[in-house]
Amino acid sequence: MITFDDVVKVYPGGSTAVDHLSLELPTGKTTVFVGPSGCGKTTSLRMINRMIQPTSGRILIDGKDVAGQDEAELRRGIGYVIQHAGLFPHRTVLDNVATVPMLLGKSRREARAVAAELLERVGLATEFASRYPAQLSGGQQQRVGVARALAADPPVMLMDEPFSAVDPVVREGLHREFLRLQKDLGKTIAMVTHDIDEAIKLGDVVVIFRQGGHLAQVGTPQELLEHPADEFVAEFVGRDRGVRSLSFDSAADLPVRPLPADLVLDDAGRPAGWSTGESTGGTFTVADSLRLVTDLAISSPVGIAVRVDDHGKADGVVPHHDLVDHLAARRGRK
Amino acid sequence: MNLNYLFDPAHWNLEDGSIPLLILSHLWYVVLALIIGTIIALPIGLYIGHTGRGSFLAINAGNAGRSLPTLGLLMLMVTLLGLGLTPVLIALTVLVIPPILTSAYAGMRSLDPRVVDAARGMGMRPWQVLTKVELPMALPVLISGFRSAALQVVATATVAAAVGLNGLGRLLIDGLAVNDYSRVLAGAIVVAVLAVLLDLVLALAQRWIVSPGLR
Repeated sequence: MITFDDVVKVYPGGSTAVDHLSLELPTGKTTVFVGPSGCGKTTSLRMINRMIQPTSGRILIDGKDVAGQDEAELRRGIGYVIQHAGLFPHRTVLDNVATVPMLLGKSRREARAVAAELLERVGLATEFASRYPAQLSGGQQQRVGVARALAADPPVMLMDEPFSAVDPVVREGLHREFLRLQKDLGKTIAMVTHDIDEAIKLGDVVVIFRQGGHLAQVGTPQELLEHPADEFVAEFVGRDRGVRSLSFDSAADLPVRPLPADLVLDDAGRPAGWSTGESTGGTFTVADSLRLVTDLAISSPVGIAVRVDDHGKADGVVPHHDLVDHLAARRGRK
Repeated sequence: MNLNYLFDPAHWNLEDGSIPLLILSHLWYVVLALIIGTIIALPIGLYIGHTGRGSFLAINAGNAGRSLPTLGLLMLMVTLLGLGLTPVLIALTVLVIPPILTSAYAGMRSLDPRVVDAARGMGMRPWQVLTKVELPMALPVLISGFRSAALQVVATATVAAAVGLNGLGRLLIDGLAVNDYSRVLAGAIVVAVLAVLLDLVLALAQRWIVSPGLR
């Protein structure tokens, strides 16, 4: 757990970046700091590994004050990922990833073995190992940046706008990869972004800052979307937060109707389209979210979302008027 | 004017005043001046570039140094210190310092601050950041400064002969003194070839020292 205890940062010149911040970042979870520029989110992140010294207050990792620890030792135990990756251009990809294990005293051979394993872990083929950063795309560089931060297997990771320098398609892939990795690794992660959608997608806990280094709201993504504390948060999370909050509701208790006659099935019972020749436009399972079902029902040519079981066999349909009733009932329950 | 002096085998034996021995003494002055100049200029340039403090010094040293006439400085040093190797080395070292100082400064200033931030954030100590990240990244600029210093000093080390020392300047000065233009031409050609060869060697060294990732 990372604890901010009444932390203040005033820069020389008198501007207050962080104003009496008290906060707890739960162990094994991703906490995302988000807010407009100049809100103190990056300053707060960089105080955790002492890249910036707080003016007053304490920051503790698992109860230990970071201020009492040797800077370099502290940082070697904390993964650090920054925008544009910041890879060492003069070192190969493999040696970039091997950096921290070598700082910690591992032999070059051991460190490289660990590095090779991590490259695979972040989805980079072994042929990349001997390349130099300039030969990689932005998305590949960022993967290497993540592998480098993970190399010493630190329990805590700091990520400063890790995915903001790549194009949206690549970012989407990196997000998926991140969620998959974090599910396996369960690191305590503090991440900074200016993109509320990214925060909601990746964060277990989202911390919204407002100008002047004040906390606006702390909560799970669902809490922020459904119960924004004030106008600022409501505005910040965006106008379509109603639709987006459907991402957090399961389609499991959505009532389905029997398969209609005009749904064409293949031999294995999988939906193949409508008898008019039009596609079903996709299917959902009980594990999916209401947002996906809504999207399917709206975009379907016949206004019907098709549900399948684990084997891909069609087992029910949801016409959009049923969905509307369900959403209305859901609203009543909240 | 002809090439007789240059191609006369008698001038290529290893006796006093022969071309090979003049080349060796010439290179000796060049190497000494480069070593002393680098020892003085490199740390100062790195420090100024790293901290950003006193950058006017790095920039102005470059301009001031280039405008100092080496021969005049040499004569002044001889007047002050008498004949010998020391005044020559001082004059040549003053020539070497500006390009190395300026390139060390420029090399450090050109570093991507994000990479340096990453190095610190990963737990490198200041000395490790300098030797493992900043210096290797600044090397291409550093070496190009060293190369231009080497070229200048190879050409200028001929002044040593003006105060009674050896070096390829002997061919120029003695040739002029006895109106032996073939000898003067031989001196000019050997200096030019030496400069080209030295630059070639340094270019190869650069390829070998600088990481392929920085090309």
